[in-house]
Amino acid sequence: MSTAITEPVVPYDEVIAEFDPVLGLEVHVELGTATKMFCGCPTEFGAEPNTQTCPTCLGLPGSLPVVNAIGVESAIRIGLALNCSIAEWCRFARKNYFYPDMPKNFQTSQYDEPICFNGYLDVEVETDDGMRTFRVEIERAHMEEDTGKTSHQGGATGRIHGADYSLVDYNRAGIPLIEIVTKPITGTGKYAPEVAKAYVTALREILRGLGVSDVKMEQGSLRCDANVSLRPSPESPLGTRTETKNVNSLRSVERSVRYEMTRQAAILRAGNKVMQETRHWHEDTGVTTSGRPKSDADDYRYFPEPDLVPIAPSREWVEQLRAALPENPSVLRARVQAAWGISDFEMMAVVKAGALELVAATVAAGADQAAARKWWVGEVTRIANERGVELVDLPITPVDIARVEAMVGAGALNDKLARQVIEAVLAGEGSPDDVVATRGLAVVSDDGPLLEAIDAALAEAPDVAEKILSGKLAAAGAIVGAVMKATRGQADAARVRELLLERLGVAE
Amino acid sequence: MSDTPSITRADVAHLASLARIDLPPESLDHYAEQLAVILGAVAQVAEVAADDIPPMSHPLPLVNVFRTDEVRPSLTSDEALSGAPSVESDRFRVPRILDEA
Repeated sequence: MSTAITEPVVPYDEVIAEFDPVLGLEVHVELGTATKMFCGCPTEFGAEPNTQTCPTCLGLPGSLPVVNAIGVESAIRIGLALNCSIAEWCRFARKNYFYPDMPKNFQTSQYDEPICFNGYLDVEVETDDGMRTFRVEIERAHMEEDTGKTSHQGGATGRIHGADYSLVDYNRAGIPLIEIVTKPITGTGKYAPEVAKAYVTALREILRGLGVSDVKMEQGSLRCDANVSLRPSPESPLGTRTETKNVNSLRSVERSVRYEMTRQAAILRAGNKVMQETRHWHEDTGVTTSGRPKSDADDYRYFPEPDLVPIAPSREWVEQLRAALPENPSVLRARVQAAWGISDFEMMAVVKAGALELVAATVAAGADQAAARKWWVGEVTRIANERGVELVDLPITPVDIARVEAMVGAGALNDKLARQVIEAVLAGEGSPDDVVATRGLAVVSDDGPLLEAIDAALAEAPDVAEKILSGKLAAAGAIVGAVMKATRGQADAARVRELLLERLGVAE
Repeated sequence: MSDTPSITRADVAHLASLARIDLPPESLDHYAEQLAVILGAVAQVAEVAADDIPPMSHPLPLVNVFRTDEVRPSLTSDEALSGAPSVESDRFRVPRILDEA
């Protein structure tokens, strides 16, 4: 393969000054069904190789597929959540190709009759002029099946290029996928990378809310292919696009789009033509490299799948599913923001941290909204970032946070101790109550030991005592600090200060 | 209506490459002729298909044949791999995928 070829790029500001970007995003969602799309094999992630297969998903002669009802139901619910029309009648099609990730030599997909079509998703992006809503139009969402997993052997990089041979595990082959394809996204200007990220973020939020998938990008249950092209102006015809694959995190959606814009701009500026091709995103180096050009091999010879009968969702069924949809996340956000009475800026912090549902659940568990936001957006987000994981994936629950906050409210913990409790819960030491009991954490509320500690601190620093007596109350901080240290943080700092001033006979 | 569809040598060569069949060049005309006859036979359908007969892809007048989402036993990996020409680490071993010079 072509390693370490650094292609020329144009500074982003100049790209925007000279070109108008157009995006197209294809997202594949692996459904969380118990079984595959066309057979009863389980879909568990991480099983031993080739232990979740049967004659149907191995493509053995004489086997026949039967459609998973939940697969169809999930597809319709996704379509409805994305404001799509639902086909009254549609079929599966065979997409023929030769590649060992599908043992049948075709993928069962949908071609010109997708089950969902013509929808949209509104996404919000922070711009120079505040929050702005961009409408992303959805071309279609269709049902298909996932492929097997190939691992390439020989060659240095574990990639297909330079490999001597490949090994295939068909556990994943046949797992239901929904492919969601946008129409060309125009009018984003310099915000194209942010709109791309906001779209995938919003889509993931909706899919999680529907409960149809665990939407883990790092495990591949949500995958994004980003199509990018540039044109001289919004009036010009669409330019030649590239399709970037291997975009495995929200951050890389934004970065890969930005990179591809700067790379294509350099080609166009030099008077050359962008080649229509698949590109491969490299998270580590932040560049894309050439995959394979579109070619003859992409003649998929689609035809209607003769082994499956058409799908004709009754209007009653569709309306039942529509009525049972969860509240749309953006509607939920507006409602929650009003209920909490917080500013756009404060709301944005919660949404950006991916903490909305967690904060709401913490409030539902009895905590004050401000306190719930403080813990999730502050301390817990900091730890999630340190560990490089999503907030929701940390082993602490809204009930835990509400309990910690209740103890703070009751004066049993101060903020410092509360942080220790949260860290201990995340370290697997049990519930907040377990941690407090085991570690013996409690605010010292008895004045006796506090007064002793204050006297000791004053004796250590007579100069500070003088300062306070002469009216420099700011100096009290040094004594309070010394007392907090002496009590290993288990004192209530405000109470210590109160006692100190009382002791010295100084009024606040 | 029963014009014999025309199939060129290039069409046959293209189809052969899509289907990964190695056809010697001297046989292309031969297959072009045969394929044209087959397509001609199928094209007779067009003589009876009228505007009031919608195209069909399935002989049964059925829709929505679904299965409940319940796990059924899979094959063991030994069973799954029993027909594989080559196996390594419980996986199907397949030849190099990209044709690289």
